[in-house]
Amino acid sequence: MRPFLIERASTEQQAVSIAARVAGSDLAADRPFQFLAGGTTLIDLMKLDVMRPATLIDVNGIRTPEVSSISLENGVLRLGSLVRMAHAADHNAIKSQFPVIAESLALAASAQLRNMASLGGNALQRTRCPYFRDFSYRRCNKRVPGSGCSAMDGVNRLHAVLGVSNDCIAAYPGDFSVALIALDATVEIAGPNGTSKRPFADLHRAPGATPQIETTLAPGDFITTFVIPATPYARRSRYVKVRDRQSYEFALASAAIVLDMDGGIVREARIALGGVATTPWRARDAEAALKGRRLDETTAQAAAEIAFNGASAREHNAFKIPLGKATVVRALLETAALGIAT
Amino acid sequence: MSASPSDQFNFLNRRSFMSTGAAGAVVPVVGGCFASGASAQPSPARDGRALFSTELKVNGQIHRLPLDIRTTLLDALREHVGLTGTKKGCDQGQCGACTVHVDGVRVLACLTLAATVGSREVTTIEGLMKADGTLHPMQQAFVDRDALQCGYCTPGQIMSAIGCVKEGHAGSDGDIREYMSGNLCRCAAYPNIVAAIKQAKPAMEA
Repeated sequence: MRPFLIERASTEQQAVSIAARVAGSDLAADRPFQFLAGGTTLIDLMKLDVMRPATLIDVNGIRTPEVSSISLENGVLRLGSLVRMAHAADHNAIKSQFPVIAESLALAASAQLRNMASLGGNALQRTRCPYFRDFSYRRCNKRVPGSGCSAMDGVNRLHAVLGVSNDCIAAYPGDFSVALIALDATVEIAGPNGTSKRPFADLHRAPGATPQIETTLAPGDFITTFVIPATPYARRSRYVKVRDRQSYEFALASAAIVLDMDGGIVREARIALGGVATTPWRARDAEAALKGRRLDETTAQAAAEIAFNGASAREHNAFKIPLGKATVVRALLETAALGIAT
Repeated sequence: MSASPSDQFNFLNRRSFMSTGAAGAVVPVVGGCFASGASAQPSPARDGRALFSTELKVNGQIHRLPLDIRTTLLDALREHVGLTGTKKGCDQGQCGACTVHVDGVRVLACLTLAATVGSREVTTIEGLMKADGTLHPMQQAFVDRDALQCGYCTPGQIMSAIGCVKEGHAGSDGDIREYMSGNLCRCAAYPNIVAAIKQAKPAMEA
């Protein structure tokens, strides 16, 4: 690991102003700093020499309610970015009213990592592409822009089939973000020019020709809160995760499903996918195909086919397309079958 | 006749010799490269390579250590405090061997920077036994249930298992397996680990 300096922030505004100071006048410079929350991605990647910040801005001392607490008022759920994964996963109101969020968190990482990792850091976690994580591979467009992609013709079993480009096929590894995008969450941000908000769906960027730029955040932007709008029918929601081992593993394919049902008929369906795409992925065309239809194995299968329209596989990851479809079908049917008192 | 150094050496068992070696390895404080002011919050150094002074509260004892800013809590415990019960397995947050408690919460010491621990209390496997030599119920259960073979992962397993019970995630065999999945055991002592946790749970809750 390379040497670095540590600065400490006790408010989000302070974090942003320290960022502006250590970055000097050029905030667009190649990230001379990183915010340090749980550190479960950052310290790992610093040890691997993949991330090399000159300054860590330790934000764990921030206690403002926007950043550090969970609130549920009038059905609107606000999740502070420094809330730990375990805290949100075990929160009774989240478990009962937004089960897809609690499940996406509980099925991720390990108990120790969930005690450490923050929600903000989890949403921004870096890909598990082994060519990105191993500095001995020279070619990685995400790590060294313009160097090429070792995964394209390498061992790409874990890689994405949706949202890929000619420059990068690294899969977005998170689960929580898949639940957030399904629930039409908003993200609130403190930045050098004040506070702002944007749809969570606009937070992550597809790789395109610039896979090194993973989000729409500007340097110095600090996520303060995830806001999940009141969604009474979110009690009928579920996160299904399929992986190589039953626990403590990233998704090969996952689906976050939220269903508004009128008897057996779908009023509204939300379908989001994880493990198969370069970003948290919303399958809106598949949702539209279910609207007003009876949900059964046939319609679920048709929706799953639509969700993977345009999927593009490489040598080792073609299995993710049928696996992803089967995951969507199973998740839809299980969510429809949930016994929810209305 | 006084004992020669080599005679003294014979009285040291392996563990105390290792501890002496660890204490002797502490880099001496050199003026100018040592951020001044002793506090749990290290002063921001101007040079990332300079040593900084930090205090760690481990098992109720305060240790003042001159550390490189990059030092993880795991390396601080093993190499600087001399508590080698906490094990280094993968050093990448994947195996759970380094599990310790910080303010009573189980975390991975290998992904925690010592500089960020501050005034929080660190508890390691060495801090579980009572002064009279009574083992923690979880330690005793691991002995009773033979929940180990080589023993390398055991300190992490025990610290994690205590967290599992305290968090309320030891209600069933399935829950225990799920909430202990962050602790790998290459000897595959898993069934006996589950049995040990089931034995210790009522004793811990009593």
